[in-house]
Amino acid sequence: MTVETITSKSYITHHLQNLVYGKLPAGFERDGQILEEAVWTLAHSHEEVVEMGFWSLNVDSLGWSFFLGAIFSFFFYRVAKTVSIEAPSGFSNLVEMIVEFVDNSVKDIFHSENKLIAPMALTVFVWVFLMNTMDLVPVDWLPVLAQKLAGDPHFYFKVVPTTDPNITFGLSLTVFAMILFYSIKMKGAGGFLSELTLHPFSSKNMIVQILFIPANFLLEFVGLIAKPVSLALRLFGNLYAGEMIFILIALLPFWVQWTLHLPWAIFHILIVLLQAFIFMILVIVYMDMAHQKDH
Amino acid sequence: MNINATLIGQSIAFIMFIWFTMKFVWPLLLTAMEERQARIADGLAAGEQGQKDFAEAQEKSNIEINKGKEKAATIISQAQKRGDEIVEEARDLAKKESERIKESAISEIEQEKETARQDLRNQVAVLAITGAEQILMREVDQKAHNEVLTKISREL
Repeated sequence: MTVETITSKSYITHHLQNLVYGKLPAGFERDGQILEEAVWTLAHSHEEVVEMGFWSLNVDSLGWSFFLGAIFSFFFYRVAKTVSIEAPSGFSNLVEMIVEFVDNSVKDIFHSENKLIAPMALTVFVWVFLMNTMDLVPVDWLPVLAQKLAGDPHFYFKVVPTTDPNITFGLSLTVFAMILFYSIKMKGAGGFLSELTLHPFSSKNMIVQILFIPANFLLEFVGLIAKPVSLALRLFGNLYAGEMIFILIALLPFWVQWTLHLPWAIFHILIVLLQAFIFMILVIVYMDMAHQKDH
Repeated sequence: MNINATLIGQSIAFIMFIWFTMKFVWPLLLTAMEERQARIADGLAAGEQGQKDFAEAQEKSNIEINKGKEKAATIISQAQKRGDEIVEEARDLAKKESERIKESAISEIEQEKETARQDLRNQVAVLAITGAEQILMREVDQKAHNEVLTKISREL
């Protein structure tokens, strides 16, 4: 970034590229040289990322996501260990407030018995919130710091994990797997299948019912698939758009940036919290639907 | 912005953090919070009970005070009555005593009067005899006329 002139386009595309670790095949032309054998390395360009294919990792999103999850676990565990019944104070109050809020949400929405749901909702809420909050860190701070530390002006570094669809789909597909697991566990495979095929159109007449099955299945299946997709894309879309606007604002001359940056950041606090909340609520709702025996 | 194995990594991390929260965070926090809730509820109930007890005790003490006051009033009125009675009795006694003294005085006076009369009578008899002696100018034989003299003195 210091050597070459930075155009708006290169600035934006650089900010939207993850730091990818993967395998480059032999014969790939890299920085003017042809690789003699396959190497595991960090990608230097978008072409290299494409070449690496599926079996590569976004080191930055995964690292930040894991780091924030660890922060959540560490602080909540510390509070859980030292919580005082007589005189809760400071950070402990905040943690208890969040726990109580999540607990109430679960009690309101989730009507079956499952000890997994509330901890899961708490994890989702706090973790997604922390990942979203990374959006409020000015867009150049951490990437430039990473470039300086790595000594590489091309070093890619995205700091908001939830602007990476891999992260949001990773969450939502796990939730989807749980939906399938608990649907089959609670209703049995037959019950789950009948839920997919015997609604919304049903008839007493056997033949008519059989005719309805494909239509029902099509509708219900789309509805089922829509759950993880919408869950992931909603979070990703909101945060990606927010990040994008921060990047665009960062293109302005530095002395006017604050006039747009400040209101957008303040507004973004709301989005950060709201998206975490929506994600949690939908997870609880989906899990409740998976547990309900009668449709 | 392509889909890659990050997806799987994130899923594994997600499951790990859920497991951690479920095992080490949620139960501890919730038990502590529930215990505190129970304690607060107990405290509030105890406070309410205390207030109720206090009100009851106050009512009881009021009743006792009123009883005491009533008792004191009856005692006072009884004492007054008794005092009146004592005064009355004393007055009666004094009256009786004074009457007794008066009567005895009267009887004493009566007795004195009788004695004085007796004396007087005797003296009159002597005087009468002396007078008669003088009048007769001779000595009367006392022994001879003793019978007459006794008769006169008796008539006096």
